[in-house]
Amino acid sequence: MKSALKTTGSDGFTYLWAVVKRNAVSFRGFARRSPVAAFWMVMILFLVFMSIAAPVVSPQDPYIPDFSKVTNSPSTENFFGTDFLGRDQLTRIIYGGRTSLFIGLISVLVGVGVGSLWGLVSGYLGGKFDLISQRLLEILMAIPGLILAMILMFILGASVWTLIVAIAFTRLAFGARVIRAVSLSVRETAYVEAARSTGASYWRVMLFHVAPQTFAPFLVLVTTNIGIAILIEASLGFIGLGIAPPTPTWGSMLGEAASNLEPFWWLVFFPGLFITLAVLAFNLAGAGLQDVLDPRNRGTLE
Amino acid sequence: MLNYIFKRLLIAIPTVIGVTVLIFLIMRALPGDPLSVFFDPSQIQLMSDEQRAGLMADLGLDRPLMEQYLTWAGNILKGDLGTSFLRGDSIAEAIGRRGAISAEIGILSILIAWILGLPIGILSAMRPNSLGDGIASMLTVLFLAIPGFWLGLLIVLGLIHGWGYHPPIISSQLWQDPWLNLQIVAGPALVLGLAQAAFVARMARSSLFEVFREDYVRTARSKGLRESVILFRHALPNALLPVITLSGVLLGFALGGSVTIERAFGTPGLGSALIDGAIDRDHSMVQSIVLVYSMVFVGINLLVDISYSYIDPRIRIA
Repeated sequence: MKSALKTTGSDGFTYLWAVVKRNAVSFRGFARRSPVAAFWMVMILFLVFMSIAAPVVSPQDPYIPDFSKVTNSPSTENFFGTDFLGRDQLTRIIYGGRTSLFIGLISVLVGVGVGSLWGLVSGYLGGKFDLISQRLLEILMAIPGLILAMILMFILGASVWTLIVAIAFTRLAFGARVIRAVSLSVRETAYVEAARSTGASYWRVMLFHVAPQTFAPFLVLVTTNIGIAILIEASLGFIGLGIAPPTPTWGSMLGEAASNLEPFWWLVFFPGLFITLAVLAFNLAGAGLQDVLDPRNRGTLE
Repeated sequence: MLNYIFKRLLIAIPTVIGVTVLIFLIMRALPGDPLSVFFDPSQIQLMSDEQRAGLMADLGLDRPLMEQYLTWAGNILKGDLGTSFLRGDSIAEAIGRRGAISAEIGILSILIAWILGLPIGILSAMRPNSLGDGIASMLTVLFLAIPGFWLGLLIVLGLIHGWGYHPPIISSQLWQDPWLNLQIVAGPALVLGLAQAAFVARMARSSLFEVFREDYVRTARSKGLRESVILFRHALPNALLPVITLSGVLLGFALGGSVTIERAFGTPGLGSALIDGAIDRDHSMVQSIVLVYSMVFVGINLLVDISYSYIDPRIRIA
């Protein structure tokens, strides 16, 4: 590792290429081991690419209304049809993915991240801090996630950042619970005892000896929770508590479609299809990761 | 047993108090103008200082937070949830009326979940890696990912285009017009039930799969017992324990999901009332309904814990 780092100064490109190659090789092994998870990881990459490259890949403008073609059904000109303002739905879905995936990813990183730190400290320190933390988490988990996010959005008002805060808040307890359990069990291992006996401080032991052990479960937690976060964001958008129009999100597009007593099928079908694809992708990729990262399965990976 | 139930009830009390404090804090104490929750920003700008002060006093917002909380909590204990800020009618009565429909949906969905999910889980576990198991696991993965409100909308669409039928959007209780009531609750209950069935099936499969490898099952088999006796007498009771524990978590998921599913069907239940309240900025309505949902969630988890200890004596004694 150290020697590889040294080369970055003289030839960073070679180093980068080595990293890419190493990961591509391990991904090939991973794909052979669990083809389903690998397929859905490629799907995640596809959705992320689609969102990042939205201005380039989308056929039309997501905002400018065109009243000459209001609620047209799918055709060769508009593959997914057009909405109430004559905007191309395929374009709106591509742009909607930007918001939905961004919010899903960031809110989970923040929520599970803060929760994991909390769980790490709580599990390692134990005692009163742990006891009070456990009670607080119980209270936090006593309100169903979507409803907690709903009242937070109701109070905070709709914007990208309040959405992230609201969804992150609902993920806090899940991160803390899992990582606390890991931290508790790692605390008892011999090597942590060894580190402590050499006089390492609490923080040093926690950050350099316990925390690395929590990385694998953290990765799995993040991946599986992104699916849930996308669902919460879509639900909030659907009931009108998400980002305000005209910014498209998959949930709010469904909400607009449902405001008709007799909704147009293409306005219902396509946004929901993309929510399902995204949630499926993160759920199954997460399950695959869990399989691979579980130390009990490690022997067969090599 | 009674002792355990009593102890468990005592532990739940701080949680219940904590939940009311959390809801109160979220609804009242977040930074910013407290009036902004009740009114549009444009309305607030038009108010004179006296109007502002008058409104703050009317809503009780000028008193210390602690006092506001205690008043609210005291009223809840008396069963008084206040009146709707907008409509002026009693919140407790509205919750009772709409809650009845949501409760029906919830109970029906749990029935559907177990009736569908358990047999599928059992069959999958008995023939692992068969074609049927493969199809079942594909379906469970799919139904765990599909947003309930989307499935609901698709069903409504199918009904409209296939049969020219729209689920009723008027309200009716079970005791008023059972047939109309059934039409209202059937759709949401089915959608909600399918997601839970997927969960039950998956849990039952993995749990039974483990139990089938236990020594006591092998013993039962080597004694020459019939497969059905092994399954229902020896394996299933032990395999169901984790399924029951997780059904509490599942319910939290379902409670949240039911809000959006009711919206998709236009069901006049508690979830729709919550959404309407949030859109109309009906502060006390939202606060009360969120409290009801949380209390139901805490209550169900309590029941799950107690039934769990009833089935598994190890919990009681430890």
